[in-house]
Amino acid sequence: MIYHWVNAKGAETGVGTYEPAWVETYRRENYIRVDPVILGCAQAFHPMDWKQLDWSSKAARQFQADAIAHGVGNQGLSIPIRGPNGQYGLFTVSHSADDQAWAEFIETHRRDLILIAHYFNQKAIELEPERVPETTQPLSPRELETLTLLAVGYNRAQIARTLNISEHTLRVYVESARFKLGAMNTTHAVANALTRGLIIL
Amino acid sequence: MIRFLYGHQLDAFPRLRDTMFSDRADQFKRRLKWDVHVSEEGFERDEYDDMDPLYVIAEADNGDHLGSMRLLPTVGSCMVNYHFAHLLTGPVQSPLIWESTRFCLARHAPRKTAALLMLAAGEVMVGFGVEQCIAVFDQRMVRIYRLNGSEPEILGSMGEGQDYIGVGLWSFNSHAREAVCQRIGVAPQESRTWFDLHFGEDNRLGQVG
Repeated sequence: MIYHWVNAKGAETGVGTYEPAWVETYRRENYIRVDPVILGCAQAFHPMDWKQLDWSSKAARQFQADAIAHGVGNQGLSIPIRGPNGQYGLFTVSHSADDQAWAEFIETHRRDLILIAHYFNQKAIELEPERVPETTQPLSPRELETLTLLAVGYNRAQIARTLNISEHTLRVYVESARFKLGAMNTTHAVANALTRGLIIL
Repeated sequence: MIRFLYGHQLDAFPRLRDTMFSDRADQFKRRLKWDVHVSEEGFERDEYDDMDPLYVIAEADNGDHLGSMRLLPTVGSCMVNYHFAHLLTGPVQSPLIWESTRFCLARHAPRKTAALLMLAAGEVMVGFGVEQCIAVFDQRMVRIYRLNGSEPEILGSMGEGQDYIGVGLWSFNSHAREAVCQRIGVAPQESRTWFDLHFGEDNRLGQVG
């Protein structure tokens, strides 16, 4: 797993689970110039399977062989993220697996992978030294009402009825609030909103 | 044919690009009388076109634009949370929701173009794990959505008739795919192929939303 981001000023940072030897090699060989993942994801905001990237050049093939030799794996999925104000992040998971096993893994976990990628990115934005506090979006009145009703123990159907909206729309408010609060699940979002004093019972 | 193009890829298709921006001027400025900027060349472009969005475009055999829409993630700078914020109770922001704006049809586009575009956008959503699109639409679109059996959930609106502008959430699933395919006589495998040809089959994160 690796997460790499570029802030609004162009400064780069990364965290990951790659072997230090590989990180070292990547830097020494200046692989960022030939890495098809970097080149392919720079101008997109959709997830990219590594098989779909252009590995045709000799430099790219050499890079791939070196990466596999360092335990990066033959499969990978990279999720580019365009944050606010030119911020940019790239989240990658990689593994050694055959095509079928990999496809099954992605199909099963796509939702979680997309969410994890964005949570990483939100944390990165929060950790920016010169971050303007307002970059965290405030909760909307509807989101606050939804969280309050969840906190007092209403179920989704009851909340939808109370707010006179469909459960479908309710789900959007919950998801949006969850994302803004950086919460792992709905319970976490409610707890988070309570501790921050955003909702009061 | 259906094309999926990022903004930076448009220059490879100058005719398609230019007819798209002039059809947008025709629809939004002349017909709907929205407060949009049209350049001297007659193109309707705004700052979101400069953000390298993903366009879903229906192209005629001669390379002309027949219809299109513009997609952007809601976690970055996007239109609904800024320009249409007054229609929402708060910003909608989620990695699982993209925004769809500037849904446009050329004046003489075949009747099924709107449905083709909806189908193509649905394939993008399924393929990239996007669960919903938040869309901005006019009165005519409400009818088109209804006709294709996939009405958006309206989150807010203003005006009536010609002046109507709505914001709603639109989702796509196997049921919606079947309904649209059947209505316009496209095999479900065919619409999947549009995606696979452009983004590659290996890039498909899921089969059905």
